[in-house]
Amino acid sequence: MRKKSFDEALHDLESGPEPTEESGAPRGESADASSHPSVAALRGRFGDAVLHHTIFAGDEHVVYVPPERAHELLQWLRDDEAQRYDLLTDLTAVDYGGGRPLEVVYQLWSIAAKRQLRIKATLPLNALEIESVVDIWHAADWLEREVWDLFGIHFRGHPDLRRIMMPDNYAEGHPLRKDFPLRGRFSRAEQTRRSLSMAVEDFYTPDELGAAGGAQPAPGVARERAPKDGAPKSSSDAAGVSGTPGRPNDPEDWTLGTAGSAAGGTPGPEGAAT
Amino acid sequence: MSTRTVEYMVTRTPELGADGRPIRMPVLPQGMEPELHGEHMLINIGPQHPATHGVLRLVLELDGETVVKCTPHIGYLHSSFEKLGEYRDWNQIVPLTDRMDYLAPLIYNCAYAMSVEKMMGIEVTERCKVVRLICMEMDRIFSHLLWIGTTAIDIGAFTVFLWTFQERERIYNLHEALTGARITTSATRIGGMMADLPPGWIEALRHFIATLPKTLDEVETLLTRNNLWIGRNRDIGVISGENAINYGLTGPNLRASGVPYDIRRDRPYYDYETYDFDVVVGEHGDCYDRYLVRMEEMRQSLLILDQAIARLPDGPINVDDPRVILPGKTDLMSDMESMIHHFKLVMGGVKAPAGESWFSVESSKGELGMYVVSDGGSKPVRWRVRGPSFINLSALPKMVEGHLLSDVITVNASLDIVLGEIDR
Repeated sequence: MRKKSFDEALHDLESGPEPTEESGAPRGESADASSHPSVAALRGRFGDAVLHHTIFAGDEHVVYVPPERAHELLQWLRDDEAQRYDLLTDLTAVDYGGGRPLEVVYQLWSIAAKRQLRIKATLPLNALEIESVVDIWHAADWLEREVWDLFGIHFRGHPDLRRIMMPDNYAEGHPLRKDFPLRGRFSRAEQTRRSLSMAVEDFYTPDELGAAGGAQPAPGVARERAPKDGAPKSSSDAAGVSGTPGRPNDPEDWTLGTAGSAAGGTPGPEGAAT
Repeated sequence: MSTRTVEYMVTRTPELGADGRPIRMPVLPQGMEPELHGEHMLINIGPQHPATHGVLRLVLELDGETVVKCTPHIGYLHSSFEKLGEYRDWNQIVPLTDRMDYLAPLIYNCAYAMSVEKMMGIEVTERCKVVRLICMEMDRIFSHLLWIGTTAIDIGAFTVFLWTFQERERIYNLHEALTGARITTSATRIGGMMADLPPGWIEALRHFIATLPKTLDEVETLLTRNNLWIGRNRDIGVISGENAINYGLTGPNLRASGVPYDIRRDRPYYDYETYDFDVVVGEHGDCYDRYLVRMEEMRQSLLILDQAIARLPDGPINVDDPRVILPGKTDLMSDMESMIHHFKLVMGGVKAPAGESWFSVESSKGELGMYVVSDGGSKPVRWRVRGPSFINLSALPKMVEGHLLSDVITVNASLDIVLGEIDR
């Protein structure tokens, strides 16, 4: 291993692990389909839609499927009498960084047959879109919202695709992506200004209370909340506000030396996502 | 003019119905009151509300007092543990896990260590298996005791809370003796535990096991046949087994709906298949059955604890593997090789080979899944927690539809959520 200078090591603390060229999606052992009855059945019925079948950690069978056929396969896996994967245990995504494609992971369990199976669909960064499975398992509702919120993967046909962990007006992007810095995209000054300029009452207007029931914002468009005086109106404005105090009695400008460069030039979150 | 039905209740000890369930006892035959045809009203509960068990915010659309629509808002405690985990060594993640479910921290510690060990192909020692199993069963009781106490408070019974918190205090003491901390235990390490059981700990646990049933009996005396309790819980928040599966419910919530899915039985780890215990299953899927299931589960956990203590083997608690476990202090000071291992472990951390693993355990709240992906480094590429409360809570809007406003509190309490894990 190459020795690192002190500065580089400090940088690692900030940036986290950087994937090396050869790393990325770990490859498990290749498996032959007969070792898992559902994989054999999938191969028999869908043929080449089963791209790849591997085993991780001894007994975890993973099947890679093309994203455009994922919904069809999953529907079949739940409905077919011999499969009956009736419990969607988990739905999540993995970003391997370095511009590699994201993976959507479905973890299935069949209560009757006591079998588990993991389905993965690989999405290139320029087409982060996949069919929603809320119509198959209702459990996917919040799980897909979470993946949308934290990874920016759009689920077509999801009834209520809003942010779930981050605030609705969060403009810094999707935090669990590898290109998202640990402390956020905006400078500390900008983050403070934004939180100070939020008025609590805004969250309790009839409009806001009925948010989930009203017209849905198009995915990829952050909902506009009436900006307070002087508050930045969009992320592109935000980069250039360091000279203008947001409020009349702004006690102190928190801008650090790097604030401008941290916020400047950062594309809007949705710009990065789509 | 249409009318709506109103029920009245009194406090009388209810009789048992034909099916052996206590029946609700209205004092008057169901009365009628005129339908007022008012507009729907939006009201907001939380985030700072004691009955939301944390910082959960519910927006309710009401028709009179009946819930038409419920929209939960979460994320107030979001600290992005999963992102933080990508910047930590494998062992440094352990403290993050117990901060999620601070009501049953040891279960989360163990589940995380188990998932990483599975990925690395490490088999822990026999003693470690039994010690971890004891920790997990103890914390199941720990969490259920809190659940019954706070749920009773939500519904208006204060005494139960005092009694169960006295019992919890004793488990806090056991935590403290074992790990030095009462809530943030951080007890596990990859390949073993932070420390072995201290002397006298097992005796203290035995004493706890022997005396807890008395408190449980007293709680049941107060609640199980109490007409107010039955009136507030029976047939409230009903969800059928099929729906419960579809909504992803797990744990006591799923079993109360009659689905006998328990990971300890269906996908046993740590030799659970060799222990003698029952998977407690309800029938009706309402709040009352969820209460009964949890009460009985505590008794089953006591049985498991008894058996685990009886078979606790001697021997080392950590695996004998210098790649993951620090050498002993004497070796470190006298043996060059141990010193090198120590240095590499402290400076570089445990290295996990490239691969991934999805491992789940039966936590007190449901299926707790840990998904770890490694690219061969000392930090995870992805660490994902499938929190049981998160998915259980997503079924809340479905379960409260058509119920009264006050039942929302009951149903929410009966789900046994912990916001630290929902928001992560």
